[in-house]
Amino acid sequence: MLALFLRDLKLAIRTSGGFGLALAFFLIVVMFVPFGVGSDLTLLARIAPGILWIGALLACLLSLDRIFQLDAEDGTLNVLATSPIPLSGVTVAKSMAHWVTTGLPLTIAAIPLGYLLNLPSVAYSWLCISLLIGTPALSFIGAFGAAITVGIKRGGLLLSLLVLPLYIPTLIFGAVTVTKAVEGLDPMPSLMFLAGLTLLSVVIMPFASALALKSNLS
Amino acid sequence: MSLWEYANPVKFMGLSSRLIPTLSVLTVLCLVIGILWGFFGTPDDYKQGSTVKIIFLHVPSALMAINAWLMMLVASLVWLIRRHHVSALAAKAAAPIGITMTLIALGTGAIWGKPMWGTYWAWDPRLTSFMILFVFYLGYMALWSAIEDSDTAADLTSILCMIGSVFALLSRYAVNFWNQGLHQGASLSLDKEQHVDDTYFYPLILCMAGFILLFVLLVLVRTRTEIRLRRATALAARNR
Repeated sequence: MLALFLRDLKLAIRTSGGFGLALAFFLIVVMFVPFGVGSDLTLLARIAPGILWIGALLACLLSLDRIFQLDAEDGTLNVLATSPIPLSGVTVAKSMAHWVTTGLPLTIAAIPLGYLLNLPSVAYSWLCISLLIGTPALSFIGAFGAAITVGIKRGGLLLSLLVLPLYIPTLIFGAVTVTKAVEGLDPMPSLMFLAGLTLLSVVIMPFASALALKSNLS
Repeated sequence: MSLWEYANPVKFMGLSSRLIPTLSVLTVLCLVIGILWGFFGTPDDYKQGSTVKIIFLHVPSALMAINAWLMMLVASLVWLIRRHHVSALAAKAAAPIGITMTLIALGTGAIWGKPMWGTYWAWDPRLTSFMILFVFYLGYMALWSAIEDSDTAADLTSILCMIGSVFALLSRYAVNFWNQGLHQGASLSLDKEQHVDDTYFYPLILCMAGFILLFVLLVLVRTRTEIRLRRATALAARNR
C-alpha cells in the first residue's frame, strides 16, 4: 500500500499538469471574486471564508478524474485488482495520495489567498485547521465519484454532478467553522462535525469505491 | 409462496397487470374526492385565506418526494444483495417520479410562499434540503443514462443511492445547523399531536393516500415499460 501511495505521489508530481493546476485554478477562482462583486474590503472580508472553501472544493474537484482514469486506461487497475491488497486498500492509498497532492497544498495556499480577500486575522488558524481536517473528506468522497465514473468516456461533467452534492455537508461545516471564527463565536462545534464527517468518509468511502471499481472492472 | 417470487419478471408482469386496473380506479377516486373536497369542501383559513388549500398538493408531494428515494434505496439494496433485475428496474423507474414530486413540492411551496412569507424562495433549511434532494435525483438519473451496460449501471446507481442516502441525510441536518428556519414545523406526525384541524385533516389524508397510490401505480407501469424495453433489446440483439 505504501509503495502504491508513493508511486501515485511521484506520478502526480512528475507528470506535467496535475499538481500545480489545482493551485492555479484556486488562485484564479479567488481572483475572480473581487472582479465579480467589487473590491470593497469589508464585503470581501465577510464572504472570504465561503469563497476560500468553495474555491478549494472546486480545485479539488478538477483533479479527481486522474485518480483512477489513467490507471484504468493502461490496465494498471486490473493488475491492482488482482494484487494481494484489497481494492478498498488501493482506494485508501490513492485517496491519500490525492489528498497530499491536492488538499494539503490547497490548505497552505489558502493563507496568502485569505490575505488577498482581507480575511480577518483571527480566522487564519481556523481556516487552516478546517481545511486540514476537511479536505481528506473531499479526497475520499471524490475517489468514490472517480471510481463510479471510471468506465465512462468523458465522464468529467457527470463526475462533478455526482460528487458536488456529496460535498454539501463538508462545505457547510467547513465554511461555518471559519465564519464563526470571523464573527467571534465558538467555531468548535462545527469543527467537530467536520472532523466526524471526515472520519465517516474515511471509513465508508473506500468500501463503496471498491464496490464500484469491482463492478466497473468485471 | 414468498415475496421473492415476484422477482421473476414473468410473475411480476402477471401480478402487475392484474393490479393496475384496481389501483388506477382507487388512485383516481382518492385524488378526485380528496382534491375536490379539499378545494371546495373546506372553509378558508382565518389567517391564510384560500391559500391554505395548497396543502392538499404540497404535503402529499413532499411526502412522496422523500419516500420515493427511500423506495429506491430499498430496491437498490435488494438488487445489491439478491440481484433481482425487477428490483433494479423499479428503482430506475421511481427516480423520474421522485424528481417530479420534488418539483411539485418546491413549486407549490413557492406559490404559497409568495403571499404568505412575501417571497417565492428563502434559504430555509427545509427548502434547501429539498433543493439538495433534487440535485441527488439529478445525479442518480444522469448516472443511469450514462452507462450502457445495464448490469453495471444497476450496480453503480445502487451504490450511489446508498452513499447518496447517507449524505442526503447528513445535508439535511447540516443545513439545519447552517441557517434558521422560516418553514413551520411538521403539520402531521405519527407520535405527536396534530396541528391541523379535522376539517383539513380528512381530505388531506385522502390526498396523501391518493399520492401514495399514484406513486405505486406509476412505478408499476414504468417498471413494466422497462421490462418490455429490456425484452425488446434482447430480441433485437438475438435477431442481429
